[in-house]
Amino acid sequence: MSEQPYEHQSENPSPHDHNDQKTLSQKNAASYWQANLRLLAKLLAIWFALSFGCGILLVDWLDQFTFFGFKLGFWIAQQGAIYVFVALIFIYAWRIQIIERQYGVDDDAEESSV
Amino acid sequence: MSTQLLTYLFVGASFALYIGIAIWSRAGSTKDFYVAGGGVHPVVNGMATAADWMSAASFISMAGIISFMGRDGSVYLLGWTGGYVLLALLLAPYLRKFGRFTVPDFIGERYYSKTARIVAVICLIFVSFTYVAGQMRGVGIVFSRFLEVEVETGVIIGMAVVFMYAVLGGMKGITYTQVAQYCVLIFAYMVPAIFISIMITGNPIPQLGFGSEVADGSGLSVLEKLDGLLSDLGFGNYTEGSKSTIDVFAITAALMFGTAGLPHVLVRFFTVPKVSDARKSAGYALAFIAILYTTAPAVASFARLNLVDTVHNTSYEQAPQWFSNWENTGLVGWQDKNNDGLMQYSAGTDNEVTIDRDIMVLANPEIADLPGWVIALVAAGGVAAALSTAAGLLLVISSSVSHDLLKQTLMPAITEKQELLFARIAAAVAVCIAGLFGIYPPAFVAQVVAFAFGLAAASLFPAILLGIFSKRVNKEGAIAGMLLGLVFTFSYIVYFKFVSPELNSAEHWWLGISPEGIGFIGMLLNIGVAFGVSRFYAPPPAEVQNLVDNIRIPSGAAIAQSH
Repeated sequence: MSEQPYEHQSENPSPHDHNDQKTLSQKNAASYWQANLRLLAKLLAIWFALSFGCGILLVDWLDQFTFFGFKLGFWIAQQGAIYVFVALIFIYAWRIQIIERQYGVDDDAEESSV
Repeated sequence: MSTQLLTYLFVGASFALYIGIAIWSRAGSTKDFYVAGGGVHPVVNGMATAADWMSAASFISMAGIISFMGRDGSVYLLGWTGGYVLLALLLAPYLRKFGRFTVPDFIGERYYSKTARIVAVICLIFVSFTYVAGQMRGVGIVFSRFLEVEVETGVIIGMAVVFMYAVLGGMKGITYTQVAQYCVLIFAYMVPAIFISIMITGNPIPQLGFGSEVADGSGLSVLEKLDGLLSDLGFGNYTEGSKSTIDVFAITAALMFGTAGLPHVLVRFFTVPKVSDARKSAGYALAFIAILYTTAPAVASFARLNLVDTVHNTSYEQAPQWFSNWENTGLVGWQDKNNDGLMQYSAGTDNEVTIDRDIMVLANPEIADLPGWVIALVAAGGVAAALSTAAGLLLVISSSVSHDLLKQTLMPAITEKQELLFARIAAAVAVCIAGLFGIYPPAFVAQVVAFAFGLAAASLFPAILLGIFSKRVNKEGAIAGMLLGLVFTFSYIVYFKFVSPELNSAEHWWLGISPEGIGFIGMLLNIGVAFGVSRFYAPPPAEVQNLVDNIRIPSGAAIAQSH
């Protein structure tokens, strides 16, 4: 069974590759991917805590609090979580674009092909 | 003008609009047909995705289901919106970067295997046809009640319209008609919701209205009054659940992961120009969807309150007009068990009123006594919701047949022109099969909705996710995972729904998880097996690993597209 570290392959360019520029961009690509994974972990933690955490697992406990006339748990499950989902997607789109520019892998310069 | 005439007018005008758009946006190439040329603006694509996603189930059935399930209805609200977070963060941008035409395209190339591609096509066709059957039932209900034509005629008219823009225009025609359909359906959903919210609470915003006090001087909020009324009648409290927590968890998860794995939604993100657009587009899509999804629970509580108020202990002689309108369709019924001439509505055996939950949204404007044009608008909205989703589903079915089955597997020698012709033929055949489903609805339609989401969650979602986030999962692992997820979920649902329906209750379920939620377990098994099996076989070849490296980087999508 092979235990080669495939996930790190991009940091060890093949010996045939003499292009320094390429090596640099491969390094950038790997660091970009790590940064992306960290951002994803943060946002998905919020996604999980809100929907499965507050909306399902803790819903009965949260229902003891009142929020604008609603029981809090009920409100999160039927309203609040949905608003946060929308926000999470836009936050990701915004943050990841900053990270992309930082590592030079953004698609800002690309135009629609039409 | 009579309500019926108005309905003809509204539905007819909306059909004319869709056909006009279809003629204007005919597809000239396979790229037009499959991905609308790849140049759709993210906001436009978001709106089209919202219409694609919000089906007859969302428009017609969801509020009704919630109104009878109370807090347990949250599984649909959370599941069908939370899936978009996964879609936007984990799948859509990478599939866009991959930049081909279909979901099986990705699975076939990433797992360098025709078998994997075929397994994906089978999952896709099964999921999509299950879903289409439900749309056709929705079209049938709307036509039989509002236009008072035979269900057959209604379905044939609906099919003819879809045929026009799906077969002629492909993805390009579908995209622009879906934008129009979104506008029709959201307007049709919001107008009665706002009216009813004002009537019951005095607050014009339904999302706030259902937390406000009822405008009857009782000082109780809508939900408090509803809890009180329902527990008096022997139902559980509206704001408390009756399902077990583990089952609610599993159902929500199956719906979420299933949503993210539905091919007709995923393929919409192949149509935007670049990767960053795919992410934004998913955000717009969910924002457009959220308008309806945050209104639905409000409509649900208003509808239930209205229903109890107008029906319970009313004499049948004085039954409101809507009651007899819907009695004709057989979706509402009354049986005078104690011969007192009054309609008793309760949870016990003395209940005399039966109400199909599918009619709650459609009947709501009538229950609330709204003007005729609102009722006509709701009919047009229901048809728009059903047709837009049907068209999206028919497109992924036809493209998986013409592109994945014929061009990529069986007949690689065909030209682009021939492929386009096959795509149109496949779309036409799929339209006819869907029409048959609508005219002769298989008895199991309502029961197999769990299939579509469960199977998408257990088969397609993990294969795509692992294809992007792992370089080690190889074709053996992915195929084993997809097959196990598919067979396990399929067997569990078939066993409890068809083989032994009498055992379909919590004490017999595995881990207390209902067939609706089992797709979540299927997904976990799929992922576990994919990793496990992959370790025993060689890792994917270097060019596949390069492909994964490539799709992880956003830049270069517009160039990759012209392959």
